[in-house]
Amino acid sequence: MNKHNPNGIPHTTPRQSATFTQDVNSDIRRAAATGIYDIRGGGAKRKVPSFDDLLFMGASISRYPLEGYREKCDTNVTIGGLNAENPIELDIPITIAGMSFGALSGPAKEALGRGASAAGTSTTTGDGGMTPEERGHSNKLVYQYLPSRYGMNPDDLRKADAIEIVVGQGAKPGGGGMLLGQKISDRVAEMRNLPKGIDQRSACRHPDWTGPDDLEIKILELREITGWKVPIYVKVAGARPYYDTTLAVKAGADAVVLDGMQGGTAATQDVFIEHVGQPTLAIVRPAVKALQDLGMHRKVSLILSGGIRSGADVAKAMALGADAVAIGTAALIALGDNDPKYEAEYNALGTTAGAYDDWHEGRDPAGITTQDPELMKRFDPIEGGRRLKNYLKVMTLEAQTIARACGKNHLHNLEPEDLVALTMEAAAMAQVPLCGTDWYPGKPGTGY
Amino acid sequence: MQTLDLTQIGLREVNKTLHEQAATTNQTAWTIENARGSHAIACGLDAPIEVTVKGSTGYYCGGMNKQATINIHGSAGPGTGENIMSGKIVIEGDASQYLGATGHGGLIVVKGNASSRCGISMKGVNIVVQGSIGHMSAFMGQSGNLVVLGDAGDALGDSCYEARFFVRGKVKSLGADCEKKEMRPEHIEFLKDILAEAEIDADPSEFTRYGSARKLYNFDVDNAGAY
Amino acid sequence: MCGIVGLFLKDRALEPQLGAMLTDMLITMTDRGPDSAGIAIYSGEAKGRAKLTIQSDAPSRDFENLTSELQQEIQGDIKITINSTHAVLDIQESQVSAARMALRVLRPDVRIMSFGTSLEIYKEVGLPKNVAARFSVKQMAGSHGIGHTRMATESAVTTMGAHPFNTGDDQCLVHNGSLSNHNSLRRKLRREGIHIETENDTEVGAAYLTWKMREGASLGEALESSLKDLDGFFTFVVGTKDGFGVVRDPIACKPAVMAETDQYVAFGSEYRALVNLPGIEDARVWEPEPATVYFWSHGGSSNSEEAA
Repeated sequence: MNKHNPNGIPHTTPRQSATFTQDVNSDIRRAAATGIYDIRGGGAKRKVPSFDDLLFMGASISRYPLEGYREKCDTNVTIGGLNAENPIELDIPITIAGMSFGALSGPAKEALGRGASAAGTSTTTGDGGMTPEERGHSNKLVYQYLPSRYGMNPDDLRKADAIEIVVGQGAKPGGGGMLLGQKISDRVAEMRNLPKGIDQRSACRHPDWTGPDDLEIKILELREITGWKVPIYVKVAGARPYYDTTLAVKAGADAVVLDGMQGGTAATQDVFIEHVGQPTLAIVRPAVKALQDLGMHRKVSLILSGGIRSGADVAKAMALGADAVAIGTAALIALGDNDPKYEAEYNALGTTAGAYDDWHEGRDPAGITTQDPELMKRFDPIEGGRRLKNYLKVMTLEAQTIARACGKNHLHNLEPEDLVALTMEAAAMAQVPLCGTDWYPGKPGTGY
Repeated sequence: MQTLDLTQIGLREVNKTLHEQAATTNQTAWTIENARGSHAIACGLDAPIEVTVKGSTGYYCGGMNKQATINIHGSAGPGTGENIMSGKIVIEGDASQYLGATGHGGLIVVKGNASSRCGISMKGVNIVVQGSIGHMSAFMGQSGNLVVLGDAGDALGDSCYEARFFVRGKVKSLGADCEKKEMRPEHIEFLKDILAEAEIDADPSEFTRYGSARKLYNFDVDNAGAY
Repeated sequence: MCGIVGLFLKDRALEPQLGAMLTDMLITMTDRGPDSAGIAIYSGEAKGRAKLTIQSDAPSRDFENLTSELQQEIQGDIKITINSTHAVLDIQESQVSAARMALRVLRPDVRIMSFGTSLEIYKEVGLPKNVAARFSVKQMAGSHGIGHTRMATESAVTTMGAHPFNTGDDQCLVHNGSLSNHNSLRRKLRREGIHIETENDTEVGAAYLTWKMREGASLGEALESSLKDLDGFFTFVVGTKDGFGVVRDPIACKPAVMAETDQYVAFGSEYRALVNLPGIEDARVWEPEPATVYFWSHGGSSNSEEAA
């Protein structure tokens, strides 16, 4: 007997609800207190079927691996060779995705440029325009053309190596960007032509075109302004990948960038990030099929993004048919975002290393997703560039290791048949057989 | 006067020729014949030249214009002068939707009517319309001035920031966070100057000014309905 | 996403050239719609007669002996004019229902593209210039017509997915835009007994109008209520026996240009489509307002508009 069961009756273990979890309850309390939806950065955090559910088969008695040093496994890729005079030649099939100056500090953009150039790949501007740091340090710079058109101008357009028309992104298919008051510093305000210190609302549609029939005319205009010299990419969230890819090609895109729901954003509604969009694993095959149906696979480039983390992810994306991948969140982590060495400061912000996502508040201890001059000082762009280059190099080596084990002398020779799936969902989404079987749900001719 | 015939040499050749004009060119007067509704005519210009387009244009004539003066002797299609940086575009006829969309500077003049979304997301351009404008004009307008001698359609200046709107005729309805503003002497002076520059005759005192009520500048739950 | 063209001739002297003018307008809109094309022509109205335009994927098999077989099932004269994969059955007006039933039995694979006293619809997969050539549209005469070039958004590129869609006697619809609630509407309309063949959102728009008119609405009223019941972005052009109508959704992002002279009223998704029309330099050119139904017809007023 004790004070908890004075009658000697055993009590049941306190049970938390799987529906009303601690997380959910805290969301409800927060909504009740503030009257506004929760805004955060990053991509979908919940567990979804992903590349982790796929495995490569590797070498065997019927497939022979390549030697590590003497037998080469090439990694180069050409993006956008269809119409442009100057397609983008990349040494590695891993690019840096669009992230805005404004969401990131100037030094962070500089570091991305340094690291990418050292690794022989490209970076991409974001919803805030082109900065001198990024153009100065990036050998190959893709210039985003967004609904907001902040900072858009023909001089920068002509300085770009490629143009990426953003229709949507994985974190928020159909949402605009949001940069709350605290991050509109003088420099950001000037670049975006906004009053300092206010909430910035971004449009979700382009102001001067709607639909692929009009997009075709917009692409013509952009080509005319840039003398048909540079590739035009179209970036879209993985919403309806088969149709979106088809329409992007029909509108005249040289490359399609597809972003899954794990892809990050600077700031948007949490409910948008978690409940709209599709897992990156699920969007590749429909997009590849669209390209194949049009006879455009390997002619219009396909770049996949959204939670790419390692050389294994790179190899899997390419095996499923992508020409390259883009990394955003992973690049930031390589630079030092969410590093445990700032744990005390994360705790003071009410969070912990790895979980910190309120980047829109501009108080990033790592000095990366902030405009605060004091915090920015903590981040060294040269060191950051070196770290990014290292990370890109490791991802490339990892992908080559896997490819060699599969007997490939070039990453782009990886195929879906090199893969097997661990789960039914992954098998169905990637159209790859379950381990030990030759079947996946939806396989034609099997009656499922 | 240099003449370029679109039907003879094609769009690429027309634009390429105009793009090759440098800041110091002495070939400053150009005519483009046979516009016939073609798209992207004279887009991306960056030289102090004057281009006269004969006929009506399709989408994006004068897109991202810098320095140049473009006279359209006809009507203009959607997105004319989109993202204009500087210079001037004068449309003798009517203008279709998205006129001057996201324009950063310069002046656009329409002798006829402009359509919906006139000056959408404007970022510094000045637009003067002798006739009327359509709905959702100056949506999310950040800066610049929209001057309308005729009427304005529904939802003028919805979600605007610091862009200013001067309308002489009726406004069918104002958009979210857009309100009537006081006309002060500096506004009269501004209108006198801009109308003179647009070569349009009107009495500044007959205009009403509209602009942001600034209630959406920092989120307040009580304004959530406006989003 | 697509291109739309329409031409309504006020000047009868231009009627022999209707097909040629529409063909030119249609081909100009190829960039907006390279997948498939279709045309609706109003002509050859004869008292007491009606026309069924039919389509077959196997025309030689299906059209052979069709008239003699049909003669067993329905009354009156039957004339057939074969045009590639399509054919026009000219029959007695009172026999339309009987003919439809008979066709279902005799030729189950044949589709009925249109029915009415003057309407004929031709549509196929392929580039607009090839579709126009296939049906010799250039040679067609008529009082008015509408045409469409298609860039499929969420459904397959097929013959039946092409526009125009027949919505009722002498009525048809073409659409530029993307409806966002078409799946729910399709289910509801099918439950109401309306036949819908494809997954195309436009076919749902057409079926909706058919349903509304079956329930007693006029075409104008049906178009008015479509502004509330249909969600998404749309410019609709409808052909009727006497003329044509235009309506744009309230957001009105999809383009629409109209031109009018003493000789015609024309519609195009882009001004480019209208540049070769006679007297275009002096035409009154304007854009229809959002959420407003416009109509032009022969006989009576030349146009009327009802603001929403």
